[in-house]
Amino acid sequence: MGKNSSPPADTGDALTITREGSVLCVRLRGPWTLSTGSRPHSAAVRVEMAQGGPLPSLMRFDLAGITEYDSALISFLLHCHDICLATKTAFDFESLPLGPRQLLRLATAVPHAEDVQPRVERQNLFARIGILAEIAVVGTVEIFEFLGDCTTAFWRFFMGRARFRWSDVWLEIQHCGADALPIVTLIAFLMGLILAYVGAVTLRPYGGLIFIANLVGLAMVREMGAMMTGVLMSGRTGASFAAELGTMKVSEEIAALRTMGLSPIEYLVLPRMIALFVMFPLLTLYANFVGMFGGMVVALSMGLSYSQYIHQITGAVDLTNFSVGIIKSFFFGLIVAATGCFRGMECGNSSAAVGLATTRAVVSGITCLVVADAIFAVIFNTLKM
Amino acid sequence: MPENDLAAQISVRNLTMAYGDFVVMRDLTFDIARGEVFVIMGGSGSGKSTLMRHMIGLLKPAAGRVYYDEVDFTEADEEQRNQMLRKFGVMFQGGALWSSMTLEENVAFPLVEFTELSKADIRETVALKLALVGLRGFEEFYPAQISGGMCKRASLARAMALDPEILFFDEPSAGLDPVSARRLDELILELRDSLGTTVVVVTHELASIFAIADRAIFLDATTRAMGGLGDPKSLRERTGNENLRLFLNRGMVGLQLSHDPATGAPFVAAPGRRKP
Repeated sequence: MGKNSSPPADTGDALTITREGSVLCVRLRGPWTLSTGSRPHSAAVRVEMAQGGPLPSLMRFDLAGITEYDSALISFLLHCHDICLATKTAFDFESLPLGPRQLLRLATAVPHAEDVQPRVERQNLFARIGILAEIAVVGTVEIFEFLGDCTTAFWRFFMGRARFRWSDVWLEIQHCGADALPIVTLIAFLMGLILAYVGAVTLRPYGGLIFIANLVGLAMVREMGAMMTGVLMSGRTGASFAAELGTMKVSEEIAALRTMGLSPIEYLVLPRMIALFVMFPLLTLYANFVGMFGGMVVALSMGLSYSQYIHQITGAVDLTNFSVGIIKSFFFGLIVAATGCFRGMECGNSSAAVGLATTRAVVSGITCLVVADAIFAVIFNTLKM
Repeated sequence: MPENDLAAQISVRNLTMAYGDFVVMRDLTFDIARGEVFVIMGGSGSGKSTLMRHMIGLLKPAAGRVYYDEVDFTEADEEQRNQMLRKFGVMFQGGALWSSMTLEENVAFPLVEFTELSKADIRETVALKLALVGLRGFEEFYPAQISGGMCKRASLARAMALDPEILFFDEPSAGLDPVSARRLDELILELRDSLGTTVVVVTHELASIFAIADRAIFLDATTRAMGGLGDPKSLRERTGNENLRLFLNRGMVGLQLSHDPATGAPFVAAPGRRKP
């Protein structure tokens, strides 16, 4: 190609690039809008700059043939400007019409930020393991700090020095106790029903249909009553604790408490823990009876009599069995309240974080319940209860 | 730090603020005198609110100390700290009213917790505080039932409940209409004049800054250090810090220099599609 002038590098009608001496002329024609089908790409200019001969000293534009334009044109010009910056070529703003010139000035007023990087970068495997380990350690420390704070708060409560509002406790008792009755009724009833049917499948061939009562009674009282209530409360109350406290954190309501020299643990966590600690065993007790009633409905439908069922179940379920479930339920109540409140208190500062806190409250709540239940199973087995 | 250096009501010494490894501001040292209206100003992301959160103990400094009346606040034990906190009133950016309580309960809360006042006295005090911010008659409303600007004013009423010695405001006029913002500014000055309250305001509203500030500190996001300290009006004339001058002049200095020396016209984005 010639040194000083070259034949136009034509990429269709819309873009023509020519050289006049050391000046690169970029001529644009026709419609330059985002809805225009095949627009030329700024790479054409780059290619022409690199291969069309020596580097030009100035890039000039001829936009007289443009019929209409929008961001498509401006972004093309911005890329041309970038190319000019990279190759230290002068960019002729004056050759642009007023509208595109002003927009382009606006776009180039603040130089491209080079030294900023998003806080999270791609890490190699070891770095990621290290970061995860650090998060795990920090998370564990936070859990223990929270448990320690709760213990202190309970200590102050028993000493009569804790500052909180009893009205909050009553409100929470209503929320997590009375308001939960319908769903607990439904689930416990169906649980008893299901257990009775499963029992019937196994026991009918041996003529032992009457032992449905033992199965339903023992299973409800020892395990299912507390466990199902736990799962329900975790999804219902634990999640609501986490969401409520998380939102309070986002809207700085917890910070407002702190700056008054008041402890959020005492004002917010303590009432919720007390409420669930009191209501959980009551709900479990209720669920036990409803479950047994559910089993009875099945037993009656299979020809057993009412008095047979009651007699059988009172013989099978003694106070020891009952207390196994109730003892567990106190701990389950604390676990659900603590996981819900903890996830709420450690919530981040965005609405997405509230959703995450809620999810984690339910997941860790149910996980802790099952783990605790397994530990109790071993303990009660050892104690021969 | 020698104790005799801390005669001011609030003394911040060599305060460095950081989130993890990321340093927000380095080595801030300044004093706030009793009865002063002190403005913390700076661009977005410069750490204004973070500085306030350090001063009220919500965040722990990476280095340095905050003193109130010569008492070390940063290292104070919990009991002492809570005592000091009760002299503060804080108005948060979004109001931070407790959403499960009515306005009356919100404002009454600190009174119930920290005073021996009778119920009738508390009711009267709450009515007065709400009247001061123009919210008399909204006692029974919940925060969700009133507008954002009203929430902010109610939050101020709560902050003032215990007649604090120091009032902190985080972006008080953000989200308020010009008239309400102006009224809030006047209220701040009146509180200072009538009660002698020290006021610390975080803001970037120039009108507010020039209207109320006795002194101001400028947080320079580019150098991550203090970019100026003093009366904003004289700072505007005399500061050697380019960023601060831009800030106090609404960036007009910068636009004229960096854009179009020939015309000096500010550039306005042209709307969408048009013929050249």
